[in-house]
Amino acid sequence: MSDLRYIEAFRDPLLGRSLLDALALAAGRLPRSPVRIMEFCGGHTHAFHRFGLLELLPPEIRMVHGPGCPVCVLPKGRIDTAIELALDKRAMLAVYGDVLRVPGSHGTTLMKSRARGADVRTVVSAMEALTLAETFPDREIVFFAIGFETTTPPTAAVILEARRRNLRNFSVFANHVLTPPAMEAILSGTTLDGVIGPSHVSTVIGTRAYDFVSRTHKIPLVVAGFEPLDILLALRMLLSQIAEGRAEVENEYARAVVPEGNPRSLALIERVFERASFFEWRGLGALPRSGLAIREEFGFFDAQRRFSVEVSPVSDPGICECGEILKGAKGPRDCRIFGTLCTPDTPVGACMVSAEGACAAVFHYGDREGAVS
Amino acid sequence: MVHGSGGRASAQLVEEIFFPAFDNPWLRKEGDQAQLDLSEGRWAMSTDSFVVSPLFFPGGDIGSLSVHGTVNDLAMGGARPLYLTAGFVLEEGFPLSDLVRIVRSMGRAARACGVSLVAGDTKVVERGKGDGLYINTSGIGRIPEGVDLDPSGIRPGDEILISGPVGDHGATVLAAREEGRITTSLRSDSAPLDGLVAAMLASGPGLVCLRDPTRGGVASTLNEWARISGLCFEIEESGLLIRPEVRGVSELLGIDPLYLANEGRLVGVCRPEAADRLLSALRAHPSGREATRIGRVEKGRQGRPDGCVRMKTLMGGTRTVDWLLGDPLPRIC
Ligand code: SF4
Repeated sequence: MSDLRYIEAFRDPLLGRSLLDALALAAGRLPRSPVRIMEFCGGHTHAFHRFGLLELLPPEIRMVHGPGCPVCVLPKGRIDTAIELALDKRAMLAVYGDVLRVPGSHGTTLMKSRARGADVRTVVSAMEALTLAETFPDREIVFFAIGFETTTPPTAAVILEARRRNLRNFSVFANHVLTPPAMEAILSGTTLDGVIGPSHVSTVIGTRAYDFVSRTHKIPLVVAGFEPLDILLALRMLLSQIAEGRAEVENEYARAVVPEGNPRSLALIERVFERASFFEWRGLGALPRSGLAIREEFGFFDAQRRFSVEVSPVSDPGICECGEILKGAKGPRDCRIFGTLCTPDTPVGACMVSAEGACAAVFHYGDREGAVS
Repeated sequence: MVHGSGGRASAQLVEEIFFPAFDNPWLRKEGDQAQLDLSEGRWAMSTDSFVVSPLFFPGGDIGSLSVHGTVNDLAMGGARPLYLTAGFVLEEGFPLSDLVRIVRSMGRAARACGVSLVAGDTKVVERGKGDGLYINTSGIGRIPEGVDLDPSGIRPGDEILISGPVGDHGATVLAAREEGRITTSLRSDSAPLDGLVAAMLASGPGLVCLRDPTRGGVASTLNEWARISGLCFEIEESGLLIRPEVRGVSELLGIDPLYLANEGRLVGVCRPEAADRLLSALRAHPSGREATRIGRVEKGRQGRPDGCVRMKTLMGGTRTVDWLLGDPLPRIC
């Protein structure tokens, strides 16, 4: 399987070194220093730590974490609603493993609700949730759908499939959110010199979706893959833009991303979902037209309609800095309980739970300074 | 629910399937127990239960795995494995042809390791109450005079060796679970390690401890040692061999190869002066041809505290190699 071998090419240490040298040179020519560059995606945050890239960057570059972690941006109220569906409405809840340990209000989690009788099953795909519905025809199955544009098309596809198969016991609790409105909110709130754009999300929405970043905010954005060389090259491209005073949307990840995105996936999303008037994000607050709701036509498969459950806003307790981290205003180490009270075994906030969370990345791969591990 | 209830059918199962596969003087006695003449000295004993899906995978099956697993656990203490027992928990309706295949594979694996399967037991559980087949094996082996492999002897300056590429078994099984969605030419590394250990011990002194990094992979083994020794394990990514296809499968499923199970690899800690010699001994053995040195044990210092595993990445940075938290979860973004 030759495409599996392909990865090696993007981890070549020699190429990495020469890119790092080029970065150091370019950093010396920057008009201002340090420059603040956000990696929007949690996948990139993890790659930075996992490949040990941060300490290799020239000091002129300051990386800022972004909100691109689907589990982290879910506010507590949504976890509460999921628990309500499983506990009070007695539905079998199909979830991605990442959300199991995310605390809702009062420290409850889906994992803990199992002990109180909730039937919560982990799945690795939306399709698997649909299969559950066929396996247990006497149970109500609710798929707890989360994620940015990457996971939305598969959710849309299973809703269409459920209708085709006439599955009466399947519904979806939709928590899908959109990248551009979140990016817009970030850029209006923080000063940045450049953005590393998402890889997987961009394969769906394309690079054109970010035109507003260069047009309205006059900030360069480079869409990048998740491999170390992708990231270093994207940084090199950003530094060039900054040095030359350009603010364009560029595509480092051209092997997977095209300007117009993936029309089939976009059409699937459009067919089943519509923009909800607002979505309440952890950290970013309620943003207009930033989340997706299931269209009236597919209302039968909408768990919120079927079980008449609401999502109520729940304020986050003071100590967890997740919200500030998701806005790019703070880093994990600015949190007073990072690595002490809050660890992956005892997560206080979602950023410590998710595979894409910034706190988890720093804890897993970091130097453990001051942590109790 | 016929076989295993102690009646005629289960006697038939034993006679027709198990006896021919494992044939030896102890089984032929058909007693309730095997009686062994053990010599004096130190003996190692170990037990392990095997739950694997799928039951058959490229490079092995649950049968050979259950022999290698216990043989290797004994070998990691320097013991020469001699006797095994096996317990089978079968789900009602489990295909007899699969059972025959698995039992024969166990027999072959045991003969190849020079161990005798001296006692066994079979139970059948109701349909839906088991996952096809579980196997438990227990074993004992004799520890040669003067051999004392013990992680509490780890000291700063010690070197860390590995007998071959990382993650072959884990990646093979995970790919096989995807039922055709991932096709690879990967094979499990499932193999006995007692010969390799004997070769290392025969080469001279200086070996401190050994471990076969099965569940939880190399990362878990190193973390365990770092915790026991209270020292910092510093490894280099460039020392680890990871087959491109293993990397590919890991990447697709979002699991770090360092956490993938190995079933025919060993990691060892040795004194620095013994490292070259032990590495040559490993490489001279057929199961250790691709052995490498992966790092050394150090006293903790700024940025790399005691009890930690730190890795210099291929790109030249450093990062912690953490304990595995819960089950490896696939990425969703
Ligand atoms: S360390 Fe824990 S409590 Fe602090 S910001 Fe991160 S998730 Fe929240």
